[in-house]
Amino acid sequence: MDWVQLWEITTLPDNVPIVLLILVIPFYAWYGLRQAFANDRLIDSLEADPEMAKTHHRKTQPWKPGWAREIQVWPYLLRMEFLVAIIVTFILMVWSITLDAPLEEPANPSLTMNPAKAPWYFLGLQEMLVYFDPWMAGVVLPTLILVGLMVIPYMDSNPLGNGYYTYKQRKFAIWAFCFGFIVLWLSMVVIGTFIRGPGWIWFWPGQTWDHNKLIFEANRDLPDMFGITSMLGKSLFGAVVVGLFALVTALGVHKLFTWNAFNRKIYNRMSLIQYLLLQFFLVTMMLLPAKMVARLVFRIKYVWVTPWFNI
Amino acid sequence: MADDLKEQKPAGKGAALIDGVLKEVKNLKEKALDDVQSLKKPQKTQLFKSIFRVTHDEKPRNRALGILSNVFLHLHPAKINRDAVAYNYTWGMGGVTFYLFIVLTFTGVLLMFYYHPSKVQAFRDILYLEHDVPFGKLLRNMHRWAAHLMIITVWLHMFRVFLTGSYKKPREFNWMVGVILMLLTMLLSFTGYLLPDDQLGFWAVTVGTNMARATPLLGHEGPLGPELGMTAFNDVRFALLGGSIVDSNALLRAYIWHCIAIPLIAGIFMAVHFWRVRKDGGISGPAPVMLESEIKEPRRF
Repeated sequence: MDWVQLWEITTLPDNVPIVLLILVIPFYAWYGLRQAFANDRLIDSLEADPEMAKTHHRKTQPWKPGWAREIQVWPYLLRMEFLVAIIVTFILMVWSITLDAPLEEPANPSLTMNPAKAPWYFLGLQEMLVYFDPWMAGVVLPTLILVGLMVIPYMDSNPLGNGYYTYKQRKFAIWAFCFGFIVLWLSMVVIGTFIRGPGWIWFWPGQTWDHNKLIFEANRDLPDMFGITSMLGKSLFGAVVVGLFALVTALGVHKLFTWNAFNRKIYNRMSLIQYLLLQFFLVTMMLLPAKMVARLVFRIKYVWVTPWFNI
Repeated sequence: MADDLKEQKPAGKGAALIDGVLKEVKNLKEKALDDVQSLKKPQKTQLFKSIFRVTHDEKPRNRALGILSNVFLHLHPAKINRDAVAYNYTWGMGGVTFYLFIVLTFTGVLLMFYYHPSKVQAFRDILYLEHDVPFGKLLRNMHRWAAHLMIITVWLHMFRVFLTGSYKKPREFNWMVGVILMLLTMLLSFTGYLLPDDQLGFWAVTVGTNMARATPLLGHEGPLGPELGMTAFNDVRFALLGGSIVDSNALLRAYIWHCIAIPLIAGIFMAVHFWRVRKDGGISGPAPVMLESEIKEPRRF
């Protein structure tokens, strides 16, 4: 184990934000879910007793009759904002005094950095380049991520859980979002930072980044494994395989989406366009883990080979 | 005689003059005392009233007016949900993001005083900033770490808004504006990465913009790009870099996007974002929980 190198990567000034992210995301996930479970217990008790639901205070925050429901922004909110600004400034000051921003040698087009890495928040996209061609990983998928995020409010037909933390009432939405955000996006950032060494080769944490390491990986295309040689055959075969993948994934998504009676109720509220949008974005999202498994486990480069594009 | 007269005449005039002066002095003294009195009550002065319009005492009306009549504070409502000030609901991430944007604008403007966006000067300016400019290193460090922190807080803000379902009706549109603001934040950070003109920024931007080569239809290595007549000298990557390689034009373009264009665009989107927070009914919660039995039937066309 090369602990020195692991320490060097971790303490690289530009990697400190990722270390912060690794600590902060689980904390806030726990912080939010803790409130979600508290609200779920309240919801359970209210649903068990309809009479109580009519009169009981519907928040987990304390409430007593006679308390004002609203408070003045000055001073109660403004003092909080002021305090937070001071704390953030303090953190930033300490961080800036103790850690210097990186500055390498002057830009030199004839001296390639190895590994040449994008800023850490784009490492997810750079890591996707392993699994997809640049037009997919660099252009189409980022666009779909943004559009997919933007249409979330229009696909989500579940009226519950608006303005309070809850898990019970929004299981599918929370799992889908956390899968996309934490499992796909953040873990790809972490892989790109800590795992990918020179030549963008996979080095386990603690494994020395060997600049001379070469991997003779025979990456294959799926059509070749089936002995298909003609371009027409490859194009058709790839279309069938991708189509089958989309079908199977869509069925899986449907199965999960209509898991219980409540989910089916929400499903029945959806318009056809909403449902098709949801399926399109979730199936596209699942392309990434599918391609990761195909590449990392089965060493398959392309599934669908055509004269114009490869997937 | 003549001498006496001469002495008397001025003496008579002199007494009147002294009386007049004394009167004037007394008058001035009273005015001065008035002014001193007003210093003890600054809220009564014309200066104070012209600036603040309302007195800062603890009357609920004046507390509300203190918010509503102040251009910097008027994005706040006068009163809010009592539970909304608890840290555990909002995590304060939206506010921290905005505060970091202000910090970045401030440190960024100061950095601009020392920076020339040219291949000859850029890297030397960073060295100058780090070694000669008083607090220059601190300035650059703060700008960089605030930028990284801002990306984290933007993601956390989005995470919180998702977990609380705050994007749901009537806030759907503001969520879209927020997604665009997240993109702009990342683009701001990315364009700033090139500016020191060192190996780190150069190769990061080279890797980043190489993807633009592969844009479908618009890139010279993308699907159907060459068929549409795209070459390395007219495609979308050329437009981004102002050339076919990351060089002086790319530096200038990154600089202008970073310091002028994207902050302006982000400023417009921020104005809409904050405006809509208020117009969509203020902060989303903590709202009373809703039960499954209370779901209304959806409207049909």
